[in-house]
Amino acid sequence: MRLEGDIPVKRVLISTIAIFALGAVLMTSAFAGNLGSLRGDATLSEINAAGDINQVIENGRYPANYRQQPPLIPHKIEKYQINLKVNQCMRCHNWQFAAKEGAPKISETHYTDTRTGKKLDDVVAGRWFCTQCHVPQVGAEPLVENTFSK
Amino acid sequence: MTEQEEKGGFFNRIWALLGRPSKTTSAGMLLFVGLIVGVIFWGSFNWALEVTNTETFCLTCHEMEQNVYREYTGTVHDTNASGVRATCPDCHVPRPWIHKMKRKIQASNEVLHKILGTIDTREKFETHRLTMAKRVWDTMKSTDSRECRNCHNFDAMDISKQNSRARKRHLEAQDMGKTCIDCHKGIAHELPADAFTAEK
Repeated sequence: MRLEGDIPVKRVLISTIAIFALGAVLMTSAFAGNLGSLRGDATLSEINAAGDINQVIENGRYPANYRQQPPLIPHKIEKYQINLKVNQCMRCHNWQFAAKEGAPKISETHYTDTRTGKKLDDVVAGRWFCTQCHVPQVGAEPLVENTFSK
Repeated sequence: MTEQEEKGGFFNRIWALLGRPSKTTSAGMLLFVGLIVGVIFWGSFNWALEVTNTETFCLTCHEMEQNVYREYTGTVHDTNASGVRATCPDCHVPRPWIHKMKRKIQASNEVLHKILGTIDTREKFETHRLTMAKRVWDTMKSTDSRECRNCHNFDAMDISKQNSRARKRHLEAQDMGKTCIDCHKGIAHELPADAFTAEK
């Protein structure tokens, strides 16, 4: 038994499917052009090359990029022990040793307790973990592009 | 002695036999047997001594394994590009025989404290760490870092391959007659709290 309007329904269906199919084809080609996975262009079977290890630059000191930048460390600190018991940076940079070892002395601000404003004899607890602000200098490019300028 | 001989026990009879001059064996034979027995005794003594001179032996004590050894793993003396290692005895047991024997005898004190459990927890170990570290530093200082110098030699260092900072300090140290341990403390194990005040 044939109903009236049977043919228009069929036409609508066919055209809808055709539009979706076309859209799908277009979108796949569009995505394939613009999107890349985090792995880059490498296919699944390939293994990405490891990134370069940035070597610490030990000859000379980088100039500061902005006024309040914590000075960079011009040497390796890989094996330095910085924990609750001992901070090996202090062996050269604390005021007792700096002159003798020919190392830059820790800034006087680091001996002032930020909460009470009192001057202490040793580096205050809040400044104990040097690497929170100070890092070794390396020739690394920024991971994400940004608009910072000197 | 005569009383004991009368008893005629096993050990007394052996003792009497050892004390009596030989009537039937030649002096040459006695010397030869003595030589062979001596070689065996000396060999096994040395072998046993060398067994106690291995990393594996050191790690049979949990005091060593759970404290100093775990700190040592990952340091440059444990793993490095060339795979040459310096394990516990390389730094802590002297190589010259007389000094080695002296150190081995001192180690009997460590056995006593193992039994007493002086450092059988991490907390106890930490409270004693400064004393023990100072003892090792003092020894190293008094021997002019002899164990370091089994491998490291000032004269063999190619200072042109060192970075400017190391070059300057090494030359300076050599001029001032300093020894390795003066600067290189805490390179294989963690430093004790108050390490810097203690070394002054």
